[in-house]
Amino acid sequence: MSNDSQLLKIQDLYACIDDTSILKGINLEIKPGEIHAIMGRNGSGKTTTANIIMGHPDYEVESGTVELNGENLLEMETWERAREGVFLSFQYPQSVPGLQVGNFLRKSVAAILGEEAAKGKEFRNKLKESMKELDIPSSFLGRYVNDGFSGGEKKRFEILQLMLMKPKLAILDETDSGLDIDGIRTVAKGINAAIRGTESGALIITHYSRILEHVKPDKIHVLISGKIVKTGGPELALELEERGYDWLEEGSED
Amino acid sequence: MLDNDAREAVGDYKAGWHDPENSTIRFDAGLSEKVVRDISELKNEPEWMTEMRVKAFKHFDERPMPTWGNMSMLKQIDFDSICYYLRSSKATENDWEDVPEDIRNTFDKLGIPDAEQKWLSGVTAQYESEAVYHSIREDLEKQGVIFLDMDSGLREHEELVKEWFGSVVPYSDNKFSALNTAVWSGGSFIYVPKGVHVELPVQAYFRINAKNMGQFERTLIIADEGSSIHYVEGCTAPTYSTDSLHSAVVELIALPGAHIRYSTVQNWSANVYNLVTKRGIAHEKAKIEWVDGNIGSKLTMKYPSVILKGEGSHAEVISVAYSGSGQHQDAGAKIHHLASNTTSKILSKSISKNGGRGSYRGLVTVSPKADNCKLNVVCDALILDENSRSDTYPTMEVANPTARCEHEASVSKVSDNQLFYLMSRGHSEEEALALIVNGFFEPFTRELPMEYAVELNKLMALEMEGSIG
Ligand SMILES: Nc1ncnc2c1ncn2[C@@H]1O[C@H](COP(=O)(O)OP(=O)(O)OP(=O)(O)O)[C@@H](O)[C@H]1O
Ligand SMILES: [Mg+2]
Repeated sequence: MSNDSQLLKIQDLYACIDDTSILKGINLEIKPGEIHAIMGRNGSGKTTTANIIMGHPDYEVESGTVELNGENLLEMETWERAREGVFLSFQYPQSVPGLQVGNFLRKSVAAILGEEAAKGKEFRNKLKESMKELDIPSSFLGRYVNDGFSGGEKKRFEILQLMLMKPKLAILDETDSGLDIDGIRTVAKGINAAIRGTESGALIITHYSRILEHVKPDKIHVLISGKIVKTGGPELALELEERGYDWLEEGSED
Repeated sequence: MLDNDAREAVGDYKAGWHDPENSTIRFDAGLSEKVVRDISELKNEPEWMTEMRVKAFKHFDERPMPTWGNMSMLKQIDFDSICYYLRSSKATENDWEDVPEDIRNTFDKLGIPDAEQKWLSGVTAQYESEAVYHSIREDLEKQGVIFLDMDSGLREHEELVKEWFGSVVPYSDNKFSALNTAVWSGGSFIYVPKGVHVELPVQAYFRINAKNMGQFERTLIIADEGSSIHYVEGCTAPTYSTDSLHSAVVELIALPGAHIRYSTVQNWSANVYNLVTKRGIAHEKAKIEWVDGNIGSKLTMKYPSVILKGEGSHAEVISVAYSGSGQHQDAGAKIHHLASNTTSKILSKSISKNGGRGSYRGLVTVSPKADNCKLNVVCDALILDENSRSDTYPTMEVANPTARCEHEASVSKVSDNQLFYLMSRGHSEEEALALIVNGFFEPFTRELPMEYAVELNKLMALEMEGSIG
């Protein structure tokens, strides 16, 4: 089997932080055009998985591989991964006081897609359009990155970046938490438009079935204590919402 | 042309090249009453100025070093090894073509003639002790605006100078104001007549080029009733292994309703002591703003001050300081509320890196007679690594109960998560750090003319290079 048919391929990933082991053998494959979801209780390792794909310096990968289109991501710096097309919508976006949103977006698009992509009318139009779609007022361009943004505004701003940066792999870490109902619908629409029928893929981390009703993921994975214990179709989301996670715990009778 | 053999530039300081000294007159190193009298005689000054210089010299000689700031660095200043007067050009020209070629090249490299054409009302360029170039737009001259180097100011407007010189910063104010008064040379003299608004900034550029040089410019700005002016100054020097001394005095007088904004970006090389006294007096409803950026130098001790003398006057001091390896920026502000309904705002931002040290030292006073004053002080420090240091010494002496005082201070570190967030958007670690640092300075940079702000951001990005270990 060729790696090339996989957009993202994670094999036997073990990772720890400060000697505490957190990921205990993750296996995950996403094909181009697919949207997958990860669910799992608090502290099970969802954000850790996302952070490791993006290259957060605090985590140590003990063994295993992470590949994007057959390229070894683990050998790349975070910004190289970003330039390769990995995008992470953060669970907790960081604020950067003094850095204006407009300036930040222009610089980031230039860093990832090249100077040309961040110049001229085309970029400005795309920016205006996307902000309108996400209901972000144009006054935000003059505000500082995530500084004083409400929870929902931060999430919308993450998706704005996603739309402008056109990633190959979009990871959304609880982007739906904190969004209002319209926000969830808008974000789902954005994800479908960015992924379906393209060579890109997405990994949605969530606690709720609502967003998944809109995006209809190809697969849902359940993460418990650093391991994927179950994989199923979209119907799994509702089942989890009803039954919780206990029945999936190790040693459970079910 | 730049003399490569003479190059003694160390490190990657950008303006660190120097030109061969081409001095018409160079005094022997060291300071005495004779040196002071010689400077005055050379300049053919009126008797009263000579006497003021001599008195100031005596005061300097007797006055002990300050016992605060950075005493161990201050102690290293060797007053005997400094040259107190060096003239490299015979005259102050008003056409760049007439400025000696090597000096002109220096200012070309610093982009001064270019900036002058594009966005300034006037320029003065000082090289060592004397202004070598000076010009002002004709329309301003026609409106009666005086913009001269201080020496010409004294020659051509002696009465005005006599009335105001030393009225805001007397020589006895401190050891370095005494030194400056004794040996001052160059600087700017500005008078803006009633109601005249100078729309574009005027700029002064100070360049120390020789080794062991002392530069002691003296600036006096008088804004008459209802007028306004924005003065911008920049400073650089070559990097030598021995120290130079820059000790200026700046006096501002904002008469009723006038507005003076004085912006500085000093980027002295890391062997320059920068010990400067800056003070303004704001009369009724006048406004004085100091926008003060300290990026370079070995030790800077500078606390721009405003005396709010007239009712309803306003003061603002916005400053940033960057302290890298071996540097100490001891900067701050002083504001005295002497009249009612006066308002003041201090914003101080400091960054220390690679063992650098930044201190904020501030004093705000409200006199018993001054009712309903409002004062606001904010100090933020950003520390980039474990070896660096930041201190704040804020003092408020409020002797009137109707005053409304606000004070905030914060010390922060760049967090890994902040860096990670920016790196996940395609920025290298250095670029990410520069974005954070420039963001931290943004409340300052947005007050600068655009061209300066862009320069400052580039400068900080350069400073962040190689800082990730
Ligand atoms: N920097 C850290 N230091 C110590 N422990 C950490 C650190 N980061 C994560 N952990 C631990 O790793 C485990 C997994 O955390 P992670 O953030 O991946 O959980 P999660 O599945 O995203 O949870 P949630 O649903 O609450 O967001 C948790 O027990 C957490 O406390
Ligand atoms: Mg999480």
